[in-house]
Amino acid sequence: MTDTLPTRTAAFEARIKQRYRSEQRFKALGLTAVLFSVAVLLFLLGTMLLNGAGGFQRAELRVPIDFTQGSVSVDAATLAQPDALQRLQAQGLPELVQFSAATELGEPGAEELSAEAWREVGSAIIADPGLLQRKATFDLPASSNLAAALAGEGKPELHGLAQTLSSEGKLAERFDPGFLTRSDATDPQAVGIWGALKGSMLTMLVTLLLAFPIGVLAALYLEEYAPKNRWTDLIEVSINNLAAVPSIIFGLLGLAVFLWLFPNMRSAPLIGGMTLALMTMPVIVISGRNAIKAVPPSIRDGALAIGASPVQVVFHHVLPLALPGMLTGTIIGMARALGETAPLLMIGMRAFVATPPDSLTAPATVLPVQIFLWSDEIDRGFVERTSAAIIVLLVFLLVMNGLAIYLRNRFEKTW
Amino acid sequence: MSSSLLLLLMLGLGLAGWLTARARAWGFRRRGHTRLAALPSYHGWYAALSIVLPVIAFIALWSAIAPGLIDRAVLAHPAAANLPQFDFQRNALLAQAYSVARGATATVSLPEAATLVEPYREALARYNLIGILATIAIGLAGGAFAFLRLKPDFAARTRVERIVMLILLLASLVAILTTLGILVSLVFETVRFFGMVSPIDFLFGTHWSPDPMSDPAAVDGSRYGAVPLFWGTIFIGAIIAMIVAIPLGLMSAIYLTQYAHPSWRRTLKPALEILAGVPTVVYGYFAALSIAPLIRDAAQALGVANASSESALAAGLVMGVMIIPFVSSMADDSIAAVPQAMRDGSLAMGATKSETIRRVLLPAALPGIVAGVMLAVSRAIGETMIVVMAASTAANLTANPLEAMTTVTVQIVAMLTGEGSFDHPATLSAFALGFVLFMVTLALNFIALRVVKRFREAYD
Repeated sequence: MTDTLPTRTAAFEARIKQRYRSEQRFKALGLTAVLFSVAVLLFLLGTMLLNGAGGFQRAELRVPIDFTQGSVSVDAATLAQPDALQRLQAQGLPELVQFSAATELGEPGAEELSAEAWREVGSAIIADPGLLQRKATFDLPASSNLAAALAGEGKPELHGLAQTLSSEGKLAERFDPGFLTRSDATDPQAVGIWGALKGSMLTMLVTLLLAFPIGVLAALYLEEYAPKNRWTDLIEVSINNLAAVPSIIFGLLGLAVFLWLFPNMRSAPLIGGMTLALMTMPVIVISGRNAIKAVPPSIRDGALAIGASPVQVVFHHVLPLALPGMLTGTIIGMARALGETAPLLMIGMRAFVATPPDSLTAPATVLPVQIFLWSDEIDRGFVERTSAAIIVLLVFLLVMNGLAIYLRNRFEKTW
Repeated sequence: MSSSLLLLLMLGLGLAGWLTARARAWGFRRRGHTRLAALPSYHGWYAALSIVLPVIAFIALWSAIAPGLIDRAVLAHPAAANLPQFDFQRNALLAQAYSVARGATATVSLPEAATLVEPYREALARYNLIGILATIAIGLAGGAFAFLRLKPDFAARTRVERIVMLILLLASLVAILTTLGILVSLVFETVRFFGMVSPIDFLFGTHWSPDPMSDPAAVDGSRYGAVPLFWGTIFIGAIIAMIVAIPLGLMSAIYLTQYAHPSWRRTLKPALEILAGVPTVVYGYFAALSIAPLIRDAAQALGVANASSESALAAGLVMGVMIIPFVSSMADDSIAAVPQAMRDGSLAMGATKSETIRRVLLPAALPGIVAGVMLAVSRAIGETMIVVMAASTAANLTANPLEAMTTVTVQIVAMLTGEGSFDHPATLSAFALGFVLFMVTLALNFIALRVVKRFREAYD
C-alpha cells in the first residue's frame, strides 16, 4: 500500500515550486514597496540637504575700510539712538563703503557689492563705536548677480570678474551666521529666517496656551464625567470630525470669524495662533482621552474609597498619571501646527515682513509661509535659501517628534 | 491694547483673594471651629474664582469694544474733522496714527496722520485708565462677594467643584462651537455667492475663469463653472495619488506586519512615520523643484511636445507619497484586527504565507482597508500646499496627467490671496468651494467611520 500512490509527482513538485516562487515574488514586492518609500524620503532629504548647504553660505567680498579717512564721525550717544543707521547714512557711510570697495576691488567689483552692504557695516559700528577710530576689514555680501557668477551661472560677463576676485581671495563663499538672525528681504544675499522663526514661536505660544488647556479639560470632561446623552454624542462627533477637516477650512473660519472680530489684526500671530489652536485642539482631545483611558479604574476606586470627591479623584490622581500621554499627543499636534501653511495664508500671513514681530498683534510671518514665499522667487539664490529654511524647519520637527517619542518611552507604564 | 496688563492685574487680584480667603479660613479654625465644612484652600479657590472669572469676562468684552470706543473718541475730536470721507484712505490714516500712539512704530509716513496721534494718545490713556479701574472694581466686588460668604460651615468645595465642572463643560463645547462657526461662516458667504451666481452655473458649468477685477454688479455666471476644479481635485487627489498610495501603502503594511524581522520593522516603521511628519509645504517645494522638471524632461524625451512643468502628475505623485504612511498604518490596524485563528487555520491547511495574506487576511480586513482608503482620499482632496506649489491655476478639463490642472484648494487660495474686495463674487466663490470641500470630506469621513464600526463588530 506504501508505494502505490506516489503523492509527489512531477506535476505536484512543479506546482509547489511555482507556489514558492510566487511567495518569494510577493515578499519581494512588499520589500520593494517599503524600500521605495524610504528611497523617496532619502531623495527628498538629500535634495534639501544638498541645496540647503549652500543656503547657509553666501558670497562675500572682503573690503578693508579705513574709517579715519572718511568723514563719518558720530559720537557714542547718537549711536545709541534707535535711528542710528539713518544718521550714519546721512554722514555718508554708504559712500565711504562704496569708495573703500572701489579702491580694493576696482570699479566693476565695487559695483557688484550688495546695495545694502553698508547696513552691515553700520550695525557693526553701532555694536562697537570704537571701529570709527581705526581700520577694519569686513566681509560684505556681494550682489546676487556676482554670487550666481561665482557659482558658474547667471550673467556670462561677470564670470571673469568673479574668477579674478576669487583667485585674489577677495571673493568667497563663507558661512553666513546672519542667515539665522536676519529677517526677510528682497535680495537672497540679505535674507534670514529669524523673523519667520520668531513669528512661528509667537504663533505656537498662542496655539499652545489655547489648545492645551481646552483640549485637556475637554478630554477630562468627556472621559470622566460626561453623561451619555445626545449632547455629549454631538460633542464627540464634532471633535472626531474636526480632526479630519482639511486645514484650509480652518483658514476660512479664521478669515470669516476672527478677522471679522479683529479687523486690524491681519497677519498677527494672535489670529494665526487662534486659528491653529482650533485645528490642534481635537488632536489633543483624542490623544488625551486615550491617555485617560489607560489609567486603571483601581486608582479611581481607591481614591473614591477613602472619600475623595469626583473632582479630587480626577485632578489629584487621574490627571497626573495621564499627563505624560497627553503631553505626547500635544507635542505631535503642535508639530503638525508648526508645519501648517494653508490656514495661515488664508488669514493674510503671506505679507512681506522685514522686521521680526515684537508683539502678538504685530504683523508676522511663520517659517512654512516664509518657505512658501521664497519658493515663489525666481532668483536662483532663493532656491538655496528656501532649502536651508526647510532644513531648519525639519530640524525643529524632528526634535519635537523625538521629544514625543522619548516622553512616550520614558513614561510608558503597564499597570 | 493693554490686555496683558489687565491679565496681570487679574492674576494679582486672584492671588490676593486666594491668600486672604485661605487665611480667613485658617482663622476660623484657630477660633475653635475645628471642623470646617471645607479645607481652607478651597475657601481660597472659591474667592480666587469669584474674582478671576468675572474679570476674564470683562477683559474679553473690553478688548472687543475698546478699539471701537477709542476710534469713536478720535473721530469726535476736532482734528479729525477734515479726514477724507473715503473709507480706505481714512482707515489707513487712523491705523497709522494708532500704531504711532501706542508706540508700535516710531514715525508716520502719511503727514495727515500726524495730527491724529495726539488725540489717539489721549483716548488711549483715558480708556486704558477706565479699563484698569473697571478691572479693579469688578475684581474687588467679586472678592467682597466671596469673602462675605465665607463661614465655618460654608461648603466651599462643593461650590468650587461645581464651577470646575462648568469650566470642563465649556471646554468641551468649544468643539461644537468650532463646527458651528465653520458651518455658519461657510454657509453665510456661500449664500451671498449664490445670490450673485446661480448654483446651477457653479455646480455644472465647465468654464472656470473668475475675474476679480470685473464689475461686481454685472456678474457673468458662465465664468464660474466649477466642474474643471472638481475634476482636477478628483484626478490629482483620488486617482493619481491613490494609484501611488494604495499599492505601496498596502504592500508596506503587509511586509512590515507579516514578513519583516522585528529589528527591520523597528527601523523601517519610524522611517515611514517621518514621511507622514514632513510638512506639506516641503512636499510642495519638492514636487515643484525636483519632481515636476523630472517629469517634464521624461515626457519630452518620450516625444510629448507640449509637456508643461506644472503637471497634475507631479502633484499627484508627491501627494501619493505623502499618503503612503497614512494608508499603511490604517491597513496595519485592520490586518492586525483579523483574528489569529483565521490565519492559523489557513496556514494549517498548507497555504503559503502569501496565499494566506491574499485569500484570507486581505478579504477579512477589506472593510477596514476601504475605510482607510476613503480617509486617505478625503485627506488628499483637502490637501492644499502640494497642489498650490506644483499644480497650476489654469482650470483644465482633461484626462492627460501631463497637462496643467487646478484643484478646489488651489482656487480657494488664489481667490482669497488676491486683491479682490470681499463683496466680489470671485472672492466669495472661495467660500462656496470651501463649503463643497467641507461637505465632501465630511461625507467621506462619516462613511469611513461607519464602515469601520460595522467591520469591528464582525469579529468581536
